[in-house]
Amino acid sequence: MRQRRWLIVLMSPLALWLGLLFLAPLATMVVFTFRAGSFGPEHDVFTLENYRTFFGNPVYGRLLLSSAWISFVASVLSILLAYPLAYYLAFQAGAHRLTLLLVIIVPAWISFLLRVFAWKLILGSGGLLNIVLMAAGLVDEPAPILLYSRSAVIVALVYSYMPFVALPIFVALQRIDRSLIEAASDLGGTGWQTFRDVILPLSMPGVAAAFFLIFIPTLGEYVTPLLLGGTDGLMFGNVIQSQFARALNWPLGSLMSLAVLLFTLALLAVFVRLTRLEDWVQG
Amino acid sequence: MTARAWRSLNLFYVTVAAVFLYVPLFLLIVFSFNDGGTLAFPLSGFTLKWYRELWDTPELLRAAWNSVLLGAISSVVATVIGAMAAVGLMRFRFAGRNLLIMAAMLPLVVPSVVLGVTMLMGFAQINLPLSLWTVGMGHVVINLPVVILIVMARLSGLDANLEEAAMDLGATYLGAQWRVTLPLTLPALFAAFLTSFTTSFDEFALTFFLVGSEPTLPTYLYSQLRFPTRLPIVVAMASVVIVGSFLTVVFTEWLRRRGETQKANRVDSLAGDFAVDERRPGPAMRPNTPALERGSTPRGGK
Repeated sequence: MRQRRWLIVLMSPLALWLGLLFLAPLATMVVFTFRAGSFGPEHDVFTLENYRTFFGNPVYGRLLLSSAWISFVASVLSILLAYPLAYYLAFQAGAHRLTLLLVIIVPAWISFLLRVFAWKLILGSGGLLNIVLMAAGLVDEPAPILLYSRSAVIVALVYSYMPFVALPIFVALQRIDRSLIEAASDLGGTGWQTFRDVILPLSMPGVAAAFFLIFIPTLGEYVTPLLLGGTDGLMFGNVIQSQFARALNWPLGSLMSLAVLLFTLALLAVFVRLTRLEDWVQG
Repeated sequence: MTARAWRSLNLFYVTVAAVFLYVPLFLLIVFSFNDGGTLAFPLSGFTLKWYRELWDTPELLRAAWNSVLLGAISSVVATVIGAMAAVGLMRFRFAGRNLLIMAAMLPLVVPSVVLGVTMLMGFAQINLPLSLWTVGMGHVVINLPVVILIVMARLSGLDANLEEAAMDLGATYLGAQWRVTLPLTLPALFAAFLTSFTTSFDEFALTFFLVGSEPTLPTYLYSQLRFPTRLPIVVAMASVVIVGSFLTVVFTEWLRRRGETQKANRVDSLAGDFAVDERRPGPAMRPNTPALERGSTPRGGK
């Protein structure tokens, strides 16, 4: 075919860009996991020392699991909080649907860093939560509530990702054939039965997509815990970051990056298998 | 519970949720007008001095300008490379196509921290000093999958026969792309550019590892968070960003809605030139109709 050569022209920039700036660095990371030190030719030797350090100390594995737990709790909470929003948008908002959708999305477009930082103004010792609790007579003197803890990280993650989570659920609810809902009520189903047996199962693809949208990016999160987490709320991403920003132990940092990457891909593979993602991606 | 009660309960919840979404942003704006030097209640009087100081902080304005340039350039690059790839992926069948799609989508699932440290090591290996250019290269990598998805979605809604028709009527491959595919995908290209720009403008997790001595707006804000006396100025900056983003989103949405209503007409008029009527079912090409004769002299013909 004559235009066949155009295919090469069309695909080469992408292939080059990804090859040089994405795949080659990933390969560099894998090579680094076997190196003895960060810089200089004297460290250019093959060693398994980093693997011994990583697997010899249960702290790393535990931190990876506790980070996954934080992500999981944040994902489930934001889905639970976003579902009624999406439901209202899809079935009850009527003419105000697009406006309300905009109201929900706009906060997601505002600086992630600043949105996380804003939670210090709420959870801090002179924060909004303290003022409200003191006015209600529930506490006597101001103290930082939740701040610098795992809960603070979860609250901020739920807040940051809730708009993104509401969208796929809304789209899934929107796609449900309205006649199915009518049929359910014609056949005598109560509102709750219709929801449980018709709407909820049909919206599950959206819920699964929402879970995927928040769980994967929060797994490698380090900015939120850095600002709000203290020592209790540290996540695996923070340990990686400190290997590069402070400890300058690139080989160990590379191994941790590889670990979190493989962990993410493994979870993704299980997830895709469980939800048969490919079936409804096209739909 | 009656449907009516159920509905009002849900409306109440939606109101509470909307308040939850806006309280932190609202607090930032309130504190930007607060006279006291600390970010804590109780408030101590109204002032505009933080905004004046903001204007007198050249590093901050410089960082903001860096972010604008960075966002614009990296998004143009991502949109061009991504759109070309999307055309290739949608219009050709070739060995390794699925592998290429997978590789192109992979940056979506690689955590930012991992992407950041791998690129940092990659640049160190080739002795490339960190600068806004290295940040931009990273931003293109994270924006490519999004651009490709947006443009592919638009292309899948277009009839590939339009290009074929243009070439049957004598257009070269490049000519058909320029006169047919480009105008029809323009809204998607614009959407892809805007999405990339906003991502790039706000990106911190990856940027942190790749930035040199010239800060972007997020890395500058982050560096200021450590100095309590600087915080009120950061909050004033935050308020400007919040109001600015809000206006941009509302404006973009307004543009998009106007585009939606006009798009249908535009597709019809353009497709009409090539004797293809999207509204009519059946074969796309209708030979021996007046429309085809009209189509044999493409708009703006030679």
